Amino acid sequence: MASETQLPHGDDLTIDGERRRDFIYVATGAFAAVGAAAVVWPLINQMNPSADVLALASIDLDLAAIQPGQAIVVPWRGKPVFARQLTPAEIAAANKVDAKTLRDPETLAQRTKPGNEKWLITLGVCTHLGCVPLGAREGEKRGDFGGYFCPCHGSQYDTAGRIRAGPAPKNLEVPQYAFKSPTSVAIG
Amino acid sequence: MSFPWAKHYEPTTDFGRYMDSRLPLPRLVYGALGAGYPTPKNLNYFYNFGVLAGVALVIQIITGVVLGMHYAANTGIAFDSVEFIMRDVNNGWMLRYMHAVGASFFFAVVYVHIFRGLYYGSYKPPREVLWLLGLVIFLLMMATAFMGYVLVWGQMSFWGATVITNLFSAVPIVGEAIHTWLLGGFSPDNATLNRFFSLHYLLPFIIFGVIILHVWALHIPGSNNPTGVDVKGPQDTVPFHPYYTAKDFFGLGVYLTIFAIFVFFLPNALGEVDNYIPANPLSTPPHIVPEWYLLPFYAILKAFTTNFLFIPAKLWGVLAMLSAILLLFFLPWLDTSPVRSNSYRPLNRIFFWVLVADCILLGVCGGKLAEEPWVRIGQLASAYYFAHFLIIIPLIARFEKTLPLPNSISESVLAKYGRTPPPGSAGSFGGTMPQPAE
Ligand code: HEM
Ligand code: FES
Repeated sequence: MASETQLPHGDDLTIDGERRRDFIYVATGAFAAVGAAAVVWPLINQMNPSADVLALASIDLDLAAIQPGQAIVVPWRGKPVFARQLTPAEIAAANKVDAKTLRDPETLAQRTKPGNEKWLITLGVCTHLGCVPLGAREGEKRGDFGGYFCPCHGSQYDTAGRIRAGPAPKNLEVPQYAFKSPTSVAIG
Repeated sequence: MSFPWAKHYEPTTDFGRYMDSRLPLPRLVYGALGAGYPTPKNLNYFYNFGVLAGVALVIQIITGVVLGMHYAANTGIAFDSVEFIMRDVNNGWMLRYMHAVGASFFFAVVYVHIFRGLYYGSYKPPREVLWLLGLVIFLLMMATAFMGYVLVWGQMSFWGATVITNLFSAVPIVGEAIHTWLLGGFSPDNATLNRFFSLHYLLPFIIFGVIILHVWALHIPGSNNPTGVDVKGPQDTVPFHPYYTAKDFFGLGVYLTIFAIFVFFLPNALGEVDNYIPANPLSTPPHIVPEWYLLPFYAILKAFTTNFLFIPAKLWGVLAMLSAILLLFFLPWLDTSPVRSNSYRPLNRIFFWVLVADCILLGVCGGKLAEEPWVRIGQLASAYYFAHFLIIIPLIARFEKTLPLPNSISESVLAKYGRTPPPGSAGSFGGTMPQPAE
C-alpha cells in the first residue's frame, strides 16, 4: 500500500499530533502481549499439582488400641497424622490457659469433636516450615508445654497441639474427620 | 575496553588471517585472556579465585552431565540410583564424589572471591555492575546446589526441600499457592523431584551465561588491585599472558591437589551422614541442617522466634534471610568512601575482619540445634550482620581518616622493595595527587 511507505505529513496528523500509525503500533503491541500471556500461562500452570496428585484420598483410622497418653502416626496424603488420646491431666492443662492470650487463639473444644475431647487428631506437620514434630512416639521429647516439640527450629506445641513458643505461626492443623464409631474415625 | 597501550592481535599464519576476517575468535581470546589484556602488575593470590570459580563450574558441569546419564529422577528409585552410581557404574563413585565435593569447593572458592572483593573495595565505581552480576551468580548457585542436593532423595534432601520450599508459604495471601505451585503437590514428591532435576540441569548453563556478562563487565574497567588505585600508565600493568596465565595455572595446581585430597580421602567430610538414609516423609531427623555453605543464612532464618510489629516470626525469618543477600546488592551505594582498598582504610579494615568473624559465627549457630545459648548468639550475630552494612559501613565512610594512597600501582610496588620510581615515569603519569576512587 503506497500510503504506508510515505513519511507522515501534515494531513496524517490529528489536532492532538497523533498519527494513524500510532494506533496501529499500540494495537499490534497489545495483541502481541495478549498472545504472549496466553502462551505463558500454560507454561506456568503445568507446574501446579497434576490430576493424580489432586485426587483426594481418605482413610479410616482405628483408635481402639491407643491408650490414654499415647499417640499413633499414620500417613495421609503423603503427610503424617497424629492421633492422640489425651489424659485427664493433659485436658485440664489445655483448658487452664486463656485461649485469648495465645498466638493462634483456639480452645481444646474447638480443636476436637463434641463429646470426644480426649481425642486430639492433628496433622503432624509443623506450621513453621513443615517438619514432623517430636512427641507422638514413645520417649520422644515433648517440649516445655507437654505436647509436641519441633526439632527443626524449636517450635513448641501444648497438649492441645497449639503453638506456644518458637517461630511457628499457627496451631497444628486439624484435618477434616468424622467419628464413625466411638473408636474409629474417617479422615479426609 | 582495555588500555590504549594494549598489544594488538596480529595473526601470524595464513589460516589465522583467514579466520580473523571471518570469525575473529583468536582475536577475542587474545584481547581477553592473552597478551592483549594489560592487567595491574600487583595482583596477589586472592585474584586467582575468579579463575578457580570458573574451573569449579566446568568441573560441576562435566561431572553433572555424566551423572545424569545414570541418575533416575523418580522418588521410588532416585536414592538407589545414586547408590548404583556409587557401586556399579564404572568410576561412578569418583564422579559422584567429584560432583558432591566439587559443589562445596565451588562455594568455598566463591566465598573467598566475594570477601576479596569486599576487602579491596572492588564493588565500588566503576565496578558496581560487575559486583551485581556476581551476586546474581551467587543466588543462582545457591538455587542450583539446593536442588542438586534434593536429587539424592535422602533424609536431608527431603527435609531440606520441605523446609526451603515452605519458606515461600510465609508470603502473605499467595504464599500457599506459590508453595503448592513450586512443589507440584502439597509436600515434596515425584513432581518436585522431576522438576528439580530439570532445573538443576538447566541452571548451571544460565550461570555460565551470566559469567560471560560478569567477565565482560570486568574487562571494561579492568581488574581492581590490592592498592585500589587506578591504573595510570603502561608501567602499572603487565600483559595477562604469560604473567597471569602462569600464576593462575600454578594456583589451579594447588587447588586441584587439595580437591583431589578431599575427593579421594575425605569425600564425606563436608557432607551430612543423614543423607545416606533414604527419604522418609513421616519422620524428620532430629537435627536437620543444610550443607555448610548455606549455614550462615540458615542461622539468620532461625534467629526470629517471636512475632513482633504485627509480622509473624515465620515471615520475619524469611524476610531477614532474603535481605541478608539482597543487602549486598546495595553495598556499592552504602559504602560511599572514595578509597577502595582496605589497605588504606584502618578503621574499615578492623570491621571487615569483624564481619568475617560474624559470618563464621553465624555459620556455627546455623549448625546447632535450636537451643540456648545458640539461639541468642545467633540473634546477636544476625543483628550485627545487618548493622554492619546498614549502620557501620555508611558511618565509617563518612568519618574515617584514610591513609595516604600511593601515587600509582608502580610506585607502591617499588616502594615495597625500597626503591623510588625513576623521574618522569610511574607517579607522574597521571598527576601526582593521590587518586581516590571516582
Ligand atoms: C553450578 C553447578 C552445579 C552445582 C553447584 C551442583 C551441585 C550439586 C549438589 C550439591 C549435588 C548433591 C551431591 C550429593 O550429595 O551427592 C548434586 C547432585 C547432582 N547433580 Fe549437580 N551441581 C551442578 C551442576 C550440575 C549439572 C550441570 C548437572 C547435569 C545434569 C548436574 C547433575 C547432578 C545429578 C544427576 C545429581 C544427583 C547425583 C548425585 O547426588 O551425585 N549437576 N549437584
Ligand atoms: S519447621 Fe518446626 S520449627 Fe521450623
